[in-house]
Amino acid sequence: MNAIVSSELLAKPDTTLNPPGLEPAPGKRIGDVILAVNNITLRFGGVKALTDISFDVREHEIRSIIGPNGAGKSSMLNCINGVYQPQEGSITLRGQSFRNMNPRQVAEAGVARTFQNLALFKGMSVLDNIMTGRNLRMKSNLFQQALRLGPALREEVEHRAVVERIIDFLEIQPWRKTPVGRLPYGLQKRVDLGRALAMEPSLLLLDEPMAGMNVEEKQDMCRFILDVNDEFGTTIVLIEHDMGVVMDISDRVVVLDYGKKIGDGPPDEVRRNEDVIRAYLGTSH
Amino acid sequence: MGFFLETLTGGLMAGMLYALIALGFVLIYKASGVFNFAQGAMVLFAALAMARFAEWLPKLLGFESRLLANLLAFVCALAVMAAVAWAIERLVLGKLVNQEGITLLMATLGITYFLDGFGQTLFGSDIYKIDVGMPKDPIFVLESFFEGGVLLNKEDLYAALIAAALVAVLSLFFQKTGTGRALRAVADDHQAAQSIGIPLSRIWIIVWSVAGFVALVAGIIWGSKLGVQFSLSLVALKALPVVILGGLTSVPGAILGGLIIGVGEKLSEVYIGPLLGGGIEIWFAYVLALLFLLVRPQGLFGEKIIDRV
Amino acid sequence: MLYRENGQFKASYHADQQIFPIAQDRWAILALITLAFVAVPALAPEYLFRAVLIPFLILALAALGLNILVGYCGQISLGTGAFMAVGAYAAYNFHVRFEGMPLLLSLLGGGLSATAVGVLFGIPSLRIKGLYLAVATLAAQFFVDWACLRLGWVTNGSSSGSVSVAGLNLFGLPLETPVQKYLFCLALLSLFALLAKNLVRGAIGREWMAIRDMDVAASVIGIRPVYAKLSAFAVSSFIVGVAGALWGFVHLGSWEPAAFNIDRSFQLLFMVIIGGLGSIMGSFFGAAFIVVLPIVLTNTLPALGALVGLNVDTAVLSHLEFMIFGGLIVFFLIVEPHGIARLWSTAKEKLRLWPFPH
Repeated sequence: MNAIVSSELLAKPDTTLNPPGLEPAPGKRIGDVILAVNNITLRFGGVKALTDISFDVREHEIRSIIGPNGAGKSSMLNCINGVYQPQEGSITLRGQSFRNMNPRQVAEAGVARTFQNLALFKGMSVLDNIMTGRNLRMKSNLFQQALRLGPALREEVEHRAVVERIIDFLEIQPWRKTPVGRLPYGLQKRVDLGRALAMEPSLLLLDEPMAGMNVEEKQDMCRFILDVNDEFGTTIVLIEHDMGVVMDISDRVVVLDYGKKIGDGPPDEVRRNEDVIRAYLGTSH
Repeated sequence: MGFFLETLTGGLMAGMLYALIALGFVLIYKASGVFNFAQGAMVLFAALAMARFAEWLPKLLGFESRLLANLLAFVCALAVMAAVAWAIERLVLGKLVNQEGITLLMATLGITYFLDGFGQTLFGSDIYKIDVGMPKDPIFVLESFFEGGVLLNKEDLYAALIAAALVAVLSLFFQKTGTGRALRAVADDHQAAQSIGIPLSRIWIIVWSVAGFVALVAGIIWGSKLGVQFSLSLVALKALPVVILGGLTSVPGAILGGLIIGVGEKLSEVYIGPLLGGGIEIWFAYVLALLFLLVRPQGLFGEKIIDRV
Repeated sequence: MLYRENGQFKASYHADQQIFPIAQDRWAILALITLAFVAVPALAPEYLFRAVLIPFLILALAALGLNILVGYCGQISLGTGAFMAVGAYAAYNFHVRFEGMPLLLSLLGGGLSATAVGVLFGIPSLRIKGLYLAVATLAAQFFVDWACLRLGWVTNGSSSGSVSVAGLNLFGLPLETPVQKYLFCLALLSLFALLAKNLVRGAIGREWMAIRDMDVAASVIGIRPVYAKLSAFAVSSFIVGVAGALWGFVHLGSWEPAAFNIDRSFQLLFMVIIGGLGSIMGSFFGAAFIVVLPIVLTNTLPALGALVGLNVDTAVLSHLEFMIFGGLIVFFLIVEPHGIARLWSTAKEKLRLWPFPH
């Protein structure tokens, strides 16, 4: 397997104090379950996208969902997000069930996501795109905004400061006023991440954040993801196709194939799982 | 009861005429995904051409026969509509490939204004007559059931028959011929169709010409009944609710939608109108379409629109 | 050489967020405002006010309102004339039925009434978009056309829908002469432009643009599509309603429903498209273009026609106007779909580098 993250992260930490089966990154403390997916079944007409999927996500961990194309990974994220409503099963976030929540309620609960096909707002600049992520926290009403005095102005400046910190973090300062439609793909992906980060989520869903990137861009993106997880403690659910990345940065992995779960556990375990190998390679070693 | 039936049939006939105009909409939308606001202007333009050619050609070429005049005028008007189709494709559509729907919509709005002005510049702006020999006398049916019988307009009956024939021909065209299949592919995805070698510009010229032909037929029928005048263009705006009701991609839907709108308008004007102050015909069709849009946006026969993230 | 930002550093986010961050722009706007408020009233002939300036100001206001809905929020509307009509007739009712009602309150009442109708007819936008929404807004247009003609209480009993107002005054100051009317409209337009600019660069503006660009993603961010779309209809209709009231009260004096028919709706839509969707300045450009064009044509076409031996009378003139209008729409959509505003900003970008090519 390719190792594309820096070697210091490959150093094995002292695991004697941690529960067996979990290998956190150096210094990370994996917490309790914050997201529990229970027996989710999702159908589109006659097609079953997801069949009886159950897994959990622990606080502060990096959980990857992998599987061949069409396995239902994005659909799973869409269910967590409230974009799709599964026909059966339930999803609980910190004990609070949200099977029928709409996307806004999910966002208010502290869940943010990026999109596989980049759902950026093409007509706006980088700065404005990331500022939309702050909209949840902006409280001033229409009239205050129209006059732009006092509270509305203060709010704009405060949130601008937060967004600037995110822009610094993602190293996209030179392009803050550029319309995102004009940026190269790799930078657009960073803006997508920035917008999700602006929501200050406790749970971040990343849908193929490294698709279409070259090696340097992937290294950068990995670094950002790991930094987000380290510095802000954000729990991350990651869909990714690059096995090197998945195996290196994940704490635990869920494997889907044709809408069913065929593997669940730490990367090493999943790597050796025969069903997984069969699904990907078609043969068993 | 007899009066009700008369209103009903009157509405059906009016609906048939709306449907004829709506047919042009559906054709263009099916084949190019363009919502052609200019269909009404095309009907007016075609009718003007027909009326004036029928007037000028006998004088120009020196013959008396009404039938010959009409035939020649029809052919000339058809040629003119094909030329208009070619010009629209060349100058407008070809340059706007792959733009968003709203841009194309605005472009057809611009074409509407242009055609309105151009038509009247070329052909004049008085009210003109079209006389293709449609019988104008009414007939009375069901005289044994109702006293005095139910009044039907022969002209409207002929119009209905022509419309039905048109629909049959067009449906066959779309379903059975290679060109029809190509048209459906183009409507689905311009770029994909281009990439498999479908000649986009030629297809569009064909479609707009066919729509022009439909517009000509509609223009002749309308013009024969009402006289060719500018307000024809505005009446054609009524066809929009028709296609909403029937479904933007359905030829039979255009007919059914037209009938529903026609009947609904007449009945509501007669029975509900007096309660509200009269004249509700100007908005009934649109409000009906609005209600439909809230409940079933794809219309009666249209395809469901799915948004994917 | 002239248009450089060298040395203009911003030390705070507040400074960076100004409407005109470049000093040269600020000077230019100041000059423009001085010109508009001081020079024009002193120098322009009276005919210019009545025929060009006042219509321009009021239609620019309406275009501003429409641009918020179509350009910033992406909701197409073909019923703008209807909202202008609601504003005009509602303001008329306030003015006529309540003795001594101040003008500003009547205008406000007109705007708020238009807001109510706008939000009502904006509800379909929650379920449908694009051309379907266009047809729904046509329902608003024709329904209001009919209501102003047939519903007695709308026109205070007038049988043909035509009404008139006279003797306008603003807190005792008379609004009789063209100059007074011009300054009144100019003041209102400037105020609304500022408020609108604040809205579109604030949180709600970003919500509108998010809905326009990708509404599914917007809801995942936490934006409520219902609130965003209806607020766009509300704000837009309010501005359009006030513009309609101004059109009736200040420009026309007496009017009938036909003043706000579907041609008016198309005219405003053309202004917004040619001027630039999603741009406050674009509304002004578009309004200027559409107001000035017929006058230019009326004055030049007969002369041009005479050159080629054509007799261009009024009927032919109006047909030619239609043709040129339609042709220009198509031309703009092909060459610069983002309108004059984009041409303007491209020119400014080139100016920043001038005299260097890049």
